[in-house]
Amino acid sequence: MERRSKRWVNSLIVVWTGAVLLFFFVPIAGVIISSFGKSRYFRFPVRAWSTKWYDQTINANLTENLHVTSFYVAACVAVIALVLGFFGALAFARYDWKGRIFYQRLIMLPIFFPQAVLGLALLLWFTYVGVLPSWEAAVFAHLVWIVPIVTLVISIQVYGFDVSQEEAAFDLGANRFQVFREVTMPALAPGLFSGGLFAFLLSWGNFPLSTYTSGADSTVTEWLYTKMSSGYTPMIPTIGAISVYGSVIILFLGYIFLVARRRRIEKRA
Amino acid sequence: MTTTLDAPPPLPQPNMLQSFGQWLRQPGFLTASPVLIFFLIGFVGPLVIVLGFSFVPERTFGFHGDWTVDNYVHIVSESYYISFLWSFGLAAATVACCLLISYPVSYGLARVFGRWAAPVMLILVIPLFVSENVRLFGWYLVLLKGGGILAGSAKALFGVETGTLLYSPGTILMGMVYVYLPYTLFPTMLGLSLVPRDQMDAASDLGANRWQIFREVELPIAMPGILIGSLLTFVLAVGAISEAKLLGGANIVVVAHAILHEFTYAQNWPLGSAISMFAIAITGVLVIIVMRRLDLDRLLGRK
Repeated sequence: MERRSKRWVNSLIVVWTGAVLLFFFVPIAGVIISSFGKSRYFRFPVRAWSTKWYDQTINANLTENLHVTSFYVAACVAVIALVLGFFGALAFARYDWKGRIFYQRLIMLPIFFPQAVLGLALLLWFTYVGVLPSWEAAVFAHLVWIVPIVTLVISIQVYGFDVSQEEAAFDLGANRFQVFREVTMPALAPGLFSGGLFAFLLSWGNFPLSTYTSGADSTVTEWLYTKMSSGYTPMIPTIGAISVYGSVIILFLGYIFLVARRRRIEKRA
Repeated sequence: MTTTLDAPPPLPQPNMLQSFGQWLRQPGFLTASPVLIFFLIGFVGPLVIVLGFSFVPERTFGFHGDWTVDNYVHIVSESYYISFLWSFGLAAATVACCLLISYPVSYGLARVFGRWAAPVMLILVIPLFVSENVRLFGWYLVLLKGGGILAGSAKALFGVETGTLLYSPGTILMGMVYVYLPYTLFPTMLGLSLVPRDQMDAASDLGANRWQIFREVELPIAMPGILIGSLLTFVLAVGAISEAKLLGGANIVVVAHAILHEFTYAQNWPLGSAISMFAIAITGVLVIIVMRRLDLDRLLGRK
């Protein structure tokens, strides 16, 4: 009886999760479907399919400009956030020091902050200091929000790191740099990898921070917002769909890389 | 008199400067310093500027030494409170819906799915990394009048003409739930995965029913995760702007939109700053209350 009701609950949970997944992917599917429609205005069911909007978008050099800007921003954000987040995570999770608890809460604050307000505050700050809005400024703005997140992601890995390994290496005569390269880095590599992936993708999809700070260098998300507010053009779904492909490819490559790495380590052990 | 003579000589106390120097040399502080410096430049600086701007006279673009609280009076005396009610009401409703929807899923991920949990999680993560504008545009296509996916399917399958759900508060709420669901889902899952299975089994062996286990064992232990998720969702939802704009048309002006309006069309930076400070103050109080109750070390799995 008890077991029966448990199985009931479990299958209900599976169905519920399936429904949530559907809810998640219906609109994304909508964007992709409409990007392959032939007509100028979207009508469902789609009567004729074509890839002509892809051709047009690519010919218009739009994808290049937009996606390249988005890519530059995301790549810079990922690299800088990794460096800052790495040290930040050591302070967050590795060392016991006076002020650590305060530090932990302090650096969480930008995450728990309305992003539109943060973007605007940064714009005022840039104006005051004399920095012109540009894609570099957008990188800085993204970092304010993404560095704490990357710090958290790496911290989770640091918590699981056995400090005595470092001490053993020191005892065996390794210097600080060798310990860092041979012991600390490999142990934290998965956390660093996920941290970088998170940073890249969150920056890639960000809108509220870019819109205030990037000035004339328009990213994909900004272009979409402007076009959508002013009306429909068939390029909207196409640009949107290309950005979806980008995220999915990067995410899957990352996942496969992590799984392969774990397999390799298990095999060696 | 004799007692003072018997007292041990005072130990040499390090002066304040020395102990401060020692504090600065802790490895923890040293590794924290890059992030802290960045935090000062990237977060504290901008906040101070917004705070400053909220006290200068209307329609000025710099600090000239005359301060005023007119902007705050302006917010209270005019109808800006409607925007605040909308934003905070929608945010609260979003949190409630997200919790209800995500709890069973997080429970499944933490307990039921086993080795399927990782792939399911991967699939759930994807939308988080697709720009919310793309996804909201997807909803626009789904709900579009006449030729939208919903209306189009209804017509093709059942031959009925349906209206559109676009441009109503309910649709804005759905869009917000949709966009912010992952932010509730993953922290909740993190919290639930902290609940030891033995403890639930023990409670069950001692005769507790499902509801009692939920209330007495599961919920208290998972609470930090649930709190973080709710807080994150709430704060992000307060700052939401695209949902109301893309799915709600021009009917509802949320706070983030009001702020954007002051900074662009109206060119009234001080008023925009004051509205921002209001929003910051309200969310800030919430964040501080919740943060004080959290043990981040435990939540993130310190051994």
